[in-house]
Amino acid sequence: MKKLNQEDTKRITDKVLSLSKADECTVTINGGRTGNIRYARNAVSTAGLVENTSLSVSVAFGKKQGTATVNEFDDKSLEKAVRRAEDLARLAPENPEFMPTPAGVAFKPSATFSEKTDAIDPEYRAQVAAYSIEACRKNKLVAAGFFTDESAFQTIANSRGVFGHQQRTSVDFTCTVRTEDGRGSGWVRRDASDVSRFDARAASDIAIEKALRSVEAKALEPGRYTVILEPAATSDLMAYMFNSFEARSADEGRSFLAKKGGGNRLGDKLFDEQVNVWADPWHPDVPVLPWDSQTMLPREKMDLIKGGKIAALNYSPFWAKKQGARAVGQPGNIVMAGGSKSTAELIANTKKGVLVTRTWYIRMVDPQSVLLTGLTRDGTFYIENGKIKHPIKNFRFNESPVTMLNNIDELGRPEILAGDESDFQLLIPAMRVRDFNFTSLSDAV
Amino acid sequence: MERRTFLKVSAAAGGTLLVPVFGNAIAAEELLNPLSVQFKKTLADAALNAATKAGASYCDVRIGRYLNQFITTRDTNVENIVNTESSGVGVRVVANGAYGFVATNVMTADAVAEAARQAVAIARANARLQSEPVQLAPVKGVGEVAWATPFTKDWRTVPVKDKAEMLIAANKAALGTGATFMTSMLFQVNQQKYFASTDGSYIDQDIHRLWSPFTATAVDKASGKFRTRDGLSSPAGMGYEFFDAQPRHKVRAAGGVTTLYHGAYDIVEDARAAGRQAREKLTAKSVEPGKYDLVLSPEHLFLTIHESVGHATELDRVLGYEANYAGTSFATLDKWQSKKFKYGSDIVNFVADRTTPGSLGAVGYDDEGVPGKRWDIIKDGVLVNYQATRDQAHIIGEKASHGCSFADSWSSVQFQRMPNVSLAAGTKKLTPDELVKDVKKGIYILGRGSYSIDQQRYNFQFGGQLFYEIKDGKVTQQLGDVAYHANTQEFWNACTAMCDERDWRMGGSFFDGKGQPSQISAVSHGSSTTRFNGINVINTARKIA
Repeated sequence: MKKLNQEDTKRITDKVLSLSKADECTVTINGGRTGNIRYARNAVSTAGLVENTSLSVSVAFGKKQGTATVNEFDDKSLEKAVRRAEDLARLAPENPEFMPTPAGVAFKPSATFSEKTDAIDPEYRAQVAAYSIEACRKNKLVAAGFFTDESAFQTIANSRGVFGHQQRTSVDFTCTVRTEDGRGSGWVRRDASDVSRFDARAASDIAIEKALRSVEAKALEPGRYTVILEPAATSDLMAYMFNSFEARSADEGRSFLAKKGGGNRLGDKLFDEQVNVWADPWHPDVPVLPWDSQTMLPREKMDLIKGGKIAALNYSPFWAKKQGARAVGQPGNIVMAGGSKSTAELIANTKKGVLVTRTWYIRMVDPQSVLLTGLTRDGTFYIENGKIKHPIKNFRFNESPVTMLNNIDELGRPEILAGDESDFQLLIPAMRVRDFNFTSLSDAV
Repeated sequence: MERRTFLKVSAAAGGTLLVPVFGNAIAAEELLNPLSVQFKKTLADAALNAATKAGASYCDVRIGRYLNQFITTRDTNVENIVNTESSGVGVRVVANGAYGFVATNVMTADAVAEAARQAVAIARANARLQSEPVQLAPVKGVGEVAWATPFTKDWRTVPVKDKAEMLIAANKAALGTGATFMTSMLFQVNQQKYFASTDGSYIDQDIHRLWSPFTATAVDKASGKFRTRDGLSSPAGMGYEFFDAQPRHKVRAAGGVTTLYHGAYDIVEDARAAGRQAREKLTAKSVEPGKYDLVLSPEHLFLTIHESVGHATELDRVLGYEANYAGTSFATLDKWQSKKFKYGSDIVNFVADRTTPGSLGAVGYDDEGVPGKRWDIIKDGVLVNYQATRDQAHIIGEKASHGCSFADSWSSVQFQRMPNVSLAAGTKKLTPDELVKDVKKGIYILGRGSYSIDQQRYNFQFGGQLFYEIKDGKVTQQLGDVAYHANTQEFWNACTAMCDERDWRMGGSFFDGKGQPSQISAVSHGSSTTRFNGINVINTARKIA
């Protein structure tokens, strides 16, 4: 079906809300198209296009709730969805923690849509792949990559008068370049809402250069090192930590933000004072929708860490009510203040250290301390006297982002990233960090 | 590798309302009415004919209806009950030697024929960057056939109230024995999959799976310490009879430290033990790092098998198709060609199997219409084969595919996915208690914990749920802060003993992630309790500011 505009979706949500006999009704419409091209072994392996639009109806009778979703939009289908949701709500047990969605909120639009991204076609995608493949063939290298673009919209509405509609676009590109003998590997990631900020050729060149420089890797003893972590190397570590910024789990004693003896650590200084992190749905580099679709609450520009102190925790509507706090929409992005230096300039100021391009397969080892394990990958180098001296074998690390953010020497220029395993849009700097804990060596290239 | 979807599920288990999106919600009474086979055949023929007419040399059509129900609970509250449905058609073609794929949720003959024509156009566009044409191993058409997961109790007919009450009973059991918080979930999956191809197959399959994970958390507010113990269930490819555990389904762990399960699961009993064991973890002795003999229980070892053998022997990784995401593999073609690469010790035998009853990976046919089969991956410690699809079989000199092609949705393109990959039981009679008798300084590990492995499957680190010290042949006290580090080849060559088939059982994963765009799949891995000598154990305790 054609992409729905605000007028279309307002008509649909009004119709759905008028059909419901429940105490409360909320409606969400998600629609759009996602295109992608995937390549490996210097050839395209798959390319696809998925178009879909769906409508989700949630109703509540008192504290009993039900949800139904359809992807048909004629009047009969809309009524069917409402009746199904109502049937499920009648069958569901009462949830004492059920909270109604808000009333009387307005949303300030954010610049999440780009015409240029919306106009991406199969030829554009093929050209992205061609840049990497042709350059790699020329250099006797092997490219594997993935480019995906999305043009979508979301509409939310409820029976308390809330309505929001906004379009969004995004592109995501990753490319791994390996030497033919498998002894070198380099990688790059680029994300943007506006494709005019994406340069496929320049991005591919970074992966190519890293691959060429990473052969003949030497083994360095595991231990604690000063590291320069490129933004992609810390993105998932940061996301893991911010996933734990939940007030309820802290108050209940099951989070690293729980205070000994009870309560949470809001206001406590847990990090180096250079650490300043905030969320801002209207940030021009990492704009996100101005609402949290789970709660229908508006997102706000809010400090998460200020001068190293915990500045905010996420309160669900239920927990906020119980604790006398204010619930706001959960952040969709994470912005961390950095400096103006490039990664090369950070390297130039480093006497001895390790440069990490990216980290891989990060998992929680101990939630008490947010101890995470994972590995370096696709470009790990030894730095001596301000220069990259030689490539080194990859390491496994066991480190907590809390410790990492306490050991910051210097911050570089922030870069836009989508998390590999999180839904946050990120703008985070490269970091030079002391005493990063590498616990073993990996032979993987 | 278990990816983002699992993190979302874990987050939900941790108490948030984040739930995975399986598809569109539907009313329960509609779950039991499948699409008619004749309707699906008509749709499929429309696509096959359109593709062939447009110039495809091969076409397959997958018509899917995916039904799921999941229930999330916290303490004595049911947080969410969701029924979901997703239906549609995926058409894959080979034209000009290249693949093309298009999916649509419009289930009319015209729409699928148009999808087929678009798929041919995409294949032709892709062909210009193709280095060699797609070469499919032959598959003999099987005509009109059907296959279904054997089960005796259909989860779709069990009242939602009964299921919610079971989870709440488990939560109460854990809260009654020491847990401060308890979350539990129930995932129920039904995949109605219809496959047709220009080879002459029309295959109708009805697949059922279940999983009921939980997390018991014990908190000591005075010290600020908290510990968790997750459930020891193994997801299963069976019906709701999975929850009717009888005494014959219960297995006594070595030293009698807990009860384990085989073929059915008693979630309330396991939750009761979990509450007590989570509380005990708060005061467990912190492990002294060093070398230990590890005795690994099957519901723990499955994940080590999954990461270090299952993924490492996927042929698409070996060849480089996953290089940009999930990685490549150390188990390269030259190692296989040498016929003497010692992946493990002489007693290590791995079998890939699509036919194991009750397993997550059991199907009649894969998503290329290839019948499920069983084959050796590692024989007497030597790497002898990989996991392959139709377009890969010729690379390893095979005349037929292994049947390893799957897609997680009608809208996803099928590609190489892992079958059940299992460690064969020991041939000598040996129980877990007898296995432990020989261990002077060891650790007995049960349950899945933290897991991480590098992109070529060498270096890994695993945790667990329960760790018990083994001293002079006896299982003694609980240990805390345990994780083991190893290199895959060294680890499997350190395998010194395993229990016999009486102890063999499966663990499994619902959310094995791979591919771009990432897809999930469900897979089981079986083993008996197994011993590994001299493995490096680290202490994971850390203090933060």
